Amino acid sequence: MKTLMLGNEAVARGLYEAGCAVVSSYPGTPSTEITEAVAKFPEVYAEWAPNEKVAMETAFGACLAGKRSFCGMKHVGLNVAADPLFTIAYTGVNAGMIIAVADDAGMHSSQNEQDSRHYARSAKLPMLEPADSAEALAFTKAAYELSERFDTPVLLKMCTRVSHSQSVVDTGERVEPPARPYEKNPAKYIMMPGYAKLRHPIVEERTQALAAWAEDCSFNRVEPGADHSMGILTASTSYQYVKEVVGDKYPVLKLGMVWPLPSKLIRDFAAGVDKLVVVEELDGFLESWCRELGLSVEGKSLFSPIDELSQNKVAKQLGAAPDVGKTLASPIPNRPPVMCAGCPHRGLFYTLNKLKLTVLGDIGCYTLGAVAPLSAIDSTICMGASVSGIHGFLKASGGEMDGKTVAVIGDSTFMHSGITGLVNIAYNESNATVIILDNSITGMTGHQQNPTTGFNLKGDPCTKIDLETLCKAVGIRRVRVVDPYDLSQCEQVIKEELAAPEASVVISRRPCALLKYVKHKPPLTVDAAKCVGCKACMKIGCPAISVTGGKAGVDPTLCVGCGVCQQLCKFDALQAGEEV
Amino acid sequence: MDTKNIMIVGVGGQGSLLASKLLGRLLLDQGYDVKVSEVHGMSQRGGSVVTYVRFGDRVYSPIIDQGEADFIVSFELLEAARYTAFLKRGGRVITNTQQINPMPVITGAAAYPEGLVDQMAGAGVTVDAMDALALAEEAGSAKAVNLVLMGRLSRYFDLPEEAWQQAITASVPEKFLELNRRAFHLGRNS
Repeated sequence: MKTLMLGNEAVARGLYEAGCAVVSSYPGTPSTEITEAVAKFPEVYAEWAPNEKVAMETAFGACLAGKRSFCGMKHVGLNVAADPLFTIAYTGVNAGMIIAVADDAGMHSSQNEQDSRHYARSAKLPMLEPADSAEALAFTKAAYELSERFDTPVLLKMCTRVSHSQSVVDTGERVEPPARPYEKNPAKYIMMPGYAKLRHPIVEERTQALAAWAEDCSFNRVEPGADHSMGILTASTSYQYVKEVVGDKYPVLKLGMVWPLPSKLIRDFAAGVDKLVVVEELDGFLESWCRELGLSVEGKSLFSPIDELSQNKVAKQLGAAPDVGKTLASPIPNRPPVMCAGCPHRGLFYTLNKLKLTVLGDIGCYTLGAVAPLSAIDSTICMGASVSGIHGFLKASGGEMDGKTVAVIGDSTFMHSGITGLVNIAYNESNATVIILDNSITGMTGHQQNPTTGFNLKGDPCTKIDLETLCKAVGIRRVRVVDPYDLSQCEQVIKEELAAPEASVVISRRPCALLKYVKHKPPLTVDAAKCVGCKACMKIGCPAISVTGGKAGVDPTLCVGCGVCQQLCKFDALQAGEEV
Repeated sequence: MDTKNIMIVGVGGQGSLLASKLLGRLLLDQGYDVKVSEVHGMSQRGGSVVTYVRFGDRVYSPIIDQGEADFIVSFELLEAARYTAFLKRGGRVITNTQQINPMPVITGAAAYPEGLVDQMAGAGVTVDAMDALALAEEAGSAKAVNLVLMGRLSRYFDLPEEAWQQAITASVPEKFLELNRRAFHLGRNS
């Protein structure tokens, strides 16, 4: 049946149709929907792992047991999982295994713009890269065959524009691949030096075999063009921009397998055109290979390694971009993302700002605590870096920053990789105050369950990891819980824990205001007679509050009655709304 | 047929997803190649959000670039003004006149520009402005702004209302079907 599907949903459909049995992933934009979509098929066991390393090792264990397996993650997640990646490249697989990695050129929702194709080359693994949803489905199915035929995990490279674009796919039926019973094989699966030394040559031979296979595999194709003054080598979403601009004018070599690369195919293609141009997003990965082949090529001199490409960017170099539409004389104010009305992080960050603390931040919705007017974060690096970072910060400061510094990290991020940092704080004894922002969900990626929520990916009740017990178990004696809607409680507890002469954890606990089970109070109202227009209520950066004509106003369509602003008003002008 | 381009713009959380789902369904039913592109994640937290809908005989790029949009359908006035550079010559803006202040306006760091509909018209942008919120409320819920705007967009397509209503039936949960049908009808006919 022909239907519109997100690239991520098409990968999920491909997993289902190929008989994938076990999926383990950690959410991360733009990869999340693959795992959410595959979880809807009862035939597939699917779970959220606490982090990408655990997910990849789980998927490897499943393939070892003889079932087709999958793990999915965003580009920075692959950094977390790089350790198993480089060694399962040596062991190979039993049943097929696919690792999907979704890059985010343009950094729509990421902290860097890394190009994950380098991982394929350095870990010596084949990488397929679909250019739309139909290819995402087809490549996923084919990746299992490739994985089992060449005894290797296969990387499936996605990007924001392939993951989050819907295009037409034709779906098929599920096959149940024959079981591949596990057989003990120490020389293949135990990677201690004696065995690993024997596996490495096999890996090099496998790459050679894959490169030879890539020369005429169906993933790579030449599309003819009448004008041979130029030939274009491209892949992924860049292929779509190229075709949009040049149509059938120039020959195009479209790669669906971006590692290993087909040297003869590329050489032959280059020989048939006057000039070889590579169009690719981010780094000059394909271009570098062409140079290694000794080919004369243009790529990054025309197309920047920064930001994503588009048809106009391609047209500026290869054709003619259309005239830009009219723009207005008035400057148009930006509309940056903001914490939602009623967000439990707001009260906590207001308190940190008020106490003028140095705040080591982390990855999640709460990174928005960095923007005005809360402006309460000093650093954001990667998952878990707040907890590890504060330890080093305090050790280097020789006691001077004790009592003035905190780390903030979300519940899901804490389970992902904050806990190891906390172990370090306990073990190596720094006087750190770590605040866990427990909103009972993984927020930024769109409400995924995690080990602290008590529910699994399929929505079924499961073991709920108790944060207080966990923190105490790793050696933190002072563990406090606050309600971030209660500003005076927040301030008092944080002051006490900063003053304490040992490490402490403060759990700021209140569910995300967008969760369906959260009951909201009626919107607040403003008593205009009492409001003096002092703008104290504006200090929390709530999108529901504005001041016009010297009086505060509350947008009743946004306000959820959290009451944080009420606590800032010295004139009692903000009133609780009446229940309807 | 050359590829046609519709941009749906608004503020994260306003519900543009249903509008693009409906358009995708409708255009696929009409036998077109269709691509719908949206961005998830950070920008959905009250930021400026864009969805691209493209259809034709063969659609390559999933996104719409500056100077390409046949229609910009905007859920909010400032967002309509933000994206006029994406409009093709002869293109049309269909916008809700509702104003939602962005954070720089709320904090006083910037002002919400005055008279945006007139400014757009003055700059030579063809603009169809309507109080979609009022019509949505008339239909039964403020949340039906998306269907009111789809109704207005449908005026510029050579398709019977029935084709749209079928796509609505295929895209909307049974519970909200009547509300959405009413909102669409109001947008199309008032």
